[in-house]
Amino acid sequence: MRWLNSLLYLLRSLSLWDLFRGLRLTARRLFSRKITLRYPDEKTPKSPRFRGLHALRRYPNGEERCIACKLCEAVCPALAITIESEERADGSRRTTRYDIDLFKCVYCGFCEEACPTDAVVETDILEFHFERRGDQIMTKEDLLAVGDRYEEQIAEHRKGDAKFR
Amino acid sequence: MPDWMTDLSVWLRVGEILLGAMVILLPLLAVVAYYTYAERKVVGFMQMRLGPSRVGPRGLFQPIADVLKLLTKEVVLPAQANRGLFLLAPLAALVPALGAWAVVPFDDGLWLANIDAGLLYVLALTSLGAYGIIIAGWASNSKYALLGAMRQAAQVVSYEIAMGFALVGVLMLSGSLNLAAIVQAQSGGILDWFFLPLLPLLLVYLVSGVAETNRLPFDVVEGESELVAGFHVEYSGSAFAVFFLAEYSAMILISALTAILFFGGWLSPFEGTQLAQAVPVLDSGIHWWLLKTAFFMFCFLWFRATFPRYRYDQIMRLGWKVFIPVTLIWIFVLGAARYAGYTG
Repeated sequence: MRWLNSLLYLLRSLSLWDLFRGLRLTARRLFSRKITLRYPDEKTPKSPRFRGLHALRRYPNGEERCIACKLCEAVCPALAITIESEERADGSRRTTRYDIDLFKCVYCGFCEEACPTDAVVETDILEFHFERRGDQIMTKEDLLAVGDRYEEQIAEHRKGDAKFR
Repeated sequence: MPDWMTDLSVWLRVGEILLGAMVILLPLLAVVAYYTYAERKVVGFMQMRLGPSRVGPRGLFQPIADVLKLLTKEVVLPAQANRGLFLLAPLAALVPALGAWAVVPFDDGLWLANIDAGLLYVLALTSLGAYGIIIAGWASNSKYALLGAMRQAAQVVSYEIAMGFALVGVLMLSGSLNLAAIVQAQSGGILDWFFLPLLPLLLVYLVSGVAETNRLPFDVVEGESELVAGFHVEYSGSAFAVFFLAEYSAMILISALTAILFFGGWLSPFEGTQLAQAVPVLDSGIHWWLLKTAFFMFCFLWFRATFPRYRYDQIMRLGWKVFIPVTLIWIFVLGAARYAGYTG
């Protein structure tokens, strides 16, 4: 029956059957729902676990949480964190320098997980930029400022995720 | 000074023709601008995207922004390019695409020129546009442009024949080369239009038209993924804009001609019925021609969104081994039918 098959094939290609099926598909897509997200106006929802810009947190009494244990510095796979510390007047150990180089950082979140006091965290902020060379190194002051500004949101996200940790 | 130069009526006629050309060309340019917008919208929608949506309401000012951008950019002249031919090429592509509009009948009695060999004139001008592309590819002194030009030359040779044969069918049924007479030969309602007896030729004509204007799926001349941009790689700014204009007005021309040659031009599908007499809008008129042309313009975009690009050798095979035999057979069938007394 080879001749029948080739006849069918000939009819199929001469009647443009496959082309019309393709046209029907695109015609249907013309009226289907569009999945474009108009980015700055519309945004996709983010997980509370989203790992974006870093922050250093404080206790409610204003004392900084970081105790300069340097676990984050040790765990950081990109060597993005630099910490120096010394004893403060009240006898506690605190950092004198806490720098994160955001160009080195790979946003893996290991620092956050290593931290015994939940001091260094990654917020869900992803729209940030630097205008001068050197600005990408976030100093302790910068990080604490981010933490102060978004503390409410950070705490809420930690709370939501707490039962899985 | 010769006599005719002092004759006022000659100059009045010249003014009339220029005015007529303006009345055709200015709306045409506006349609081309918004055709590019429609293309991006339609193709976007078919890919479940939104298309341009940020310049003005629903992106409606996008073509204006595009035109301003193109006109303010520099026209780069490649150092080793043939300067004269390089600058001549865009015009050589544009002039035939616009010139063919002179004989297009928009409505009964509404045309710039009603010449008896209108079909021949249109066929000649649409193939002349290819020279612009070939010259552009050659003068650019770029390997990609040259490859595009060579493909264009081969494509024109293959598809011009099939297109001409398809029009021979129209000629046999209408018995005239005059475009207005061809439309009038189709009067009598939708069943008298030529698309029914000439269905295979219509398909050949439409596909050859798509190939002729280098639109997808036959855009091997441009072939972004193969030849960067083909014949116009070296063009920028307004010279590029002229190529763009030529391509889109050629697309609109092919759509208009398909409507005229196969779908009865300005004739209404309800022509002669009581419905057409009762509702004036349903009677024949320029709006039917516009509607049919718009449909085929949409088809160009529809094809682009649907079909992947033909390979170069497949294009040659389709042209020589499918279209030319199909048209020849159909011309023979048509001739036999005419001989037996069929009049369309």
